[in-house]
Amino acid sequence: MKNAAGREIPEHITGIENIKPYQGEFAYQPTGNIIGKKIRVGKPGADKVLESIEQAIEKTNLKSGQTVSFHHHLRNGDYLMKMVVEKIAAKGIKDITIASSSLSPCHDFLIDYIEDGTVTALETSGLRGELGKYLTKNPGKLKKPVIIRSHGGRARAIEAGEVKIDVAFMGAPTCDRLGNATGKEGKSAFGSMGYAMVDAAYAEQVVILTDNLIDGFVHPYSIPQVQVDYVVAVDAIGDPAGIASGAIRLTKSPTQLLMAQYAAEVMDAAGYLKQGFSMQLGSGGASLAAAKFIREKMEAKQIKGSFGIGGATGIFTEMLKDDLFEVCYDAQTFDTTAIQSIQENPRHLEVSASFYANPWNAGPIVNALDVVILSATEVDLDFNVNVITDSNGTLMGASGGHSDTAAGAKLSLIVVPLVRGRLPMIRDHVQNVVTPGESIDVIITDRGIAVNPKRADLIEKLKGTKLPLMTIEELQAMAYEFVGKPEEIQVSQEDKDIVAVVEYRDGSIIDIIRKPID
Amino acid sequence: MFVPGNNPKMINSADIYGADSLMFDIEDSIAVTEKDTARLLVAEALKAQKFHSETVVRINHPTQTPFGMDDLRVILPAKPDLIRLPKVECVEEIELVASEIERVEKENGWDAGTIRIIAAIESVKGLYNVREICKHPRMVAIALGAEDFIANLKTNRTKTGIELYYVRSQILMAARDAEIQCMDTVFSDVKDMEGFEHEVSNSRDMGFDGKSVIHPKQITEVHRLYTPTDKQIAKALKVLDAYADAQKNHKGVLAVDGKMIDGPIVVRAQRVVDQAIAAGVNVEEKRELA
Amino acid sequence: MEKQANKVLVQSATAGFEEKNDMLVTVVPAEPGQGIKVKLVSPVRRQYGKHMEKLIVETVQAAGFSDVNIEAIDKSAWDYTIKARVLGALERGMQK
Repeated sequence: MKNAAGREIPEHITGIENIKPYQGEFAYQPTGNIIGKKIRVGKPGADKVLESIEQAIEKTNLKSGQTVSFHHHLRNGDYLMKMVVEKIAAKGIKDITIASSSLSPCHDFLIDYIEDGTVTALETSGLRGELGKYLTKNPGKLKKPVIIRSHGGRARAIEAGEVKIDVAFMGAPTCDRLGNATGKEGKSAFGSMGYAMVDAAYAEQVVILTDNLIDGFVHPYSIPQVQVDYVVAVDAIGDPAGIASGAIRLTKSPTQLLMAQYAAEVMDAAGYLKQGFSMQLGSGGASLAAAKFIREKMEAKQIKGSFGIGGATGIFTEMLKDDLFEVCYDAQTFDTTAIQSIQENPRHLEVSASFYANPWNAGPIVNALDVVILSATEVDLDFNVNVITDSNGTLMGASGGHSDTAAGAKLSLIVVPLVRGRLPMIRDHVQNVVTPGESIDVIITDRGIAVNPKRADLIEKLKGTKLPLMTIEELQAMAYEFVGKPEEIQVSQEDKDIVAVVEYRDGSIIDIIRKPID
Repeated sequence: MFVPGNNPKMINSADIYGADSLMFDIEDSIAVTEKDTARLLVAEALKAQKFHSETVVRINHPTQTPFGMDDLRVILPAKPDLIRLPKVECVEEIELVASEIERVEKENGWDAGTIRIIAAIESVKGLYNVREICKHPRMVAIALGAEDFIANLKTNRTKTGIELYYVRSQILMAARDAEIQCMDTVFSDVKDMEGFEHEVSNSRDMGFDGKSVIHPKQITEVHRLYTPTDKQIAKALKVLDAYADAQKNHKGVLAVDGKMIDGPIVVRAQRVVDQAIAAGVNVEEKRELA
Repeated sequence: MEKQANKVLVQSATAGFEEKNDMLVTVVPAEPGQGIKVKLVSPVRRQYGKHMEKLIVETVQAAGFSDVNIEAIDKSAWDYTIKARVLGALERGMQK
């Protein structure tokens, strides 16, 4: 059956139940209630602190076939997942599903535990590195396809009970003996605990692993003790160098800067750069660099923004500090400057992934967003965006907050070079759809800008500017003039070769990732 | 903007930054062992691509080096807009290149004058022949190549630019005498935007028509510095309006804001307005801002 | 393009670099009658491999050669770069 993004979704996928094809951004109307943990009694004098990860596995009664979760606030400096999975495997526990908020290259070790049957299913926002390549080539190694969800979609799935987490193992850079945890203090500080907050609230059992167990009391806490069952002290939860880079610098690439400048001009000409506006910058070079040009315009016009949403980097928190914005809602903190900001600036707020982007609550903050600037691995003539696979169909990216923010924002901009290497970035059909064209308003390349035809109002507003406007077909034709039309990649149509299922925010299936045939 | 001719990555993206002219270099930025491949790469790029900007190829000197004549043989059929001749010392060198161009134009049935020449003065000898050089009919612009010139002078580059003052003036005079354009030398410290602004403002004030740049971010700076300010435009429009009015009403003496206006001032005012229009400014909007 | 008389490559030669958007081309003389054979390694093999091989063969033929082995290490070169590097290698292969 063809879904509303034009993708063919099979009636039957081994290992996936309740297949709902994508019908539109806000088409699906859910029923039912949010799930809850089993009631438990916390008695006075009880001690949550355990001796070791092994003891935590025993106490939580982790069994073969269950689901464990991790957050990815430790990014590419994570030590925890490996420590925990090693101990799980050592106990002979098998057939585990890992529901992580995302995966980084430091998680390539999972390949060994997939090979030996310890891990048989993955649910994540992203897949990269050797693990991504391995799963693209060997879909049969897991018992069912990987489930790719956006940040908002994962929060939704957890709260709605579609993902039942048996044990959440969460790293915290500082925790007290009662289980109150924060991400803002400690040698492994990483800032906001936005993704972890959802797991803590809804996982059946929660184990905090910390490399800074204090005798005092953590306040303010990001994770409250009432959601935490056990605490384990370890030497190090992660490598600070991999957790948070030093202050992220603005790109010097002239191409990225050119696109960033176009983005700021589009925002301005479209009328969104006005007093009290809100924005979110994706983590790509051009998106972040747009901050420089947006700032210049704000200072020239003497306007102040209302809020920004993070993934927070120093580039935005400096604007917050300089009073260019009122507040920052942060679900994930990327660099040392931003971590310092969340520690010190009361206007830099920590929010959960659900507050950030869950479409199934009384309203996530993305719904109030004016402008979002995002990147892409490729786009197509229908304005669909791919951020999960490359043009060869290999898993190398993440869904992230892309579809969430694009759906919520009034103006959704994509910045992508027209040609990367020799590959045209505007395809007839993207290899895989993560964000549907109906959420995307403008595609900005280094050689031209295309406005989604459904936004006649934007086309009108941008006409009077000097911006290089053209149709998306013209942009593609220009790319083909430079590099020629590429041949299509062939992918297997067999059920056993389905690598991953891409869920839209509402749990419907927007696309299937299939194994490329060489 | 200079584009190293043996670098496909830079050639591919050269055209997106709004440079008025792209100068593909197969001379000094290319190692001796790569002169053959660089000329082929630039020739094929010119044949394959439609560049928005004017295309120029800086070839090796045809008589001072063994590469120049081969450069012409390969590059001319690829039809660049201009050939840039480095280290020019006498008009005979221009004549040599011009006759090669003429031959290729005839062979291909192109209009006479399809490919023109920009020459760079990079030595005292060249400077002493600059007036004759500029007057050659195929010449469209004269440029200064400072690094070699300063070496010839046996001195160094300074912030004030005093060492280049004489040669800049002389080249400019020769350009105006021959009614061709005059381009200033590159500023190689890409990080020093303040120094760049200072140098460009100076040569602009001297009368230079433009500047050679080596990085895209220098392009916007040059355009900004050469675009008349709103105030300058408004003032110029005032002068032109007053002049038109005086003409219409047969007024003898003309004054604007207490200053007398005569021929040259009107010419200058017109040039300011023309420059602004060329830079894409909506001059009518600026009328009231004087 | 004019068809020239059959040229025979004198020696092996290379042109180009293993850098972004470039192609390192090595031409090696082949036995008479062996024809033009291309071995291409490319990150865009699936999308442009066939096209690139065809372009290389055509460029070699148009330059007047019939028996050449070509090894090409591609780093996402555009067509004009491929042509230039092939022609450059052939030219070097004819030098004494």
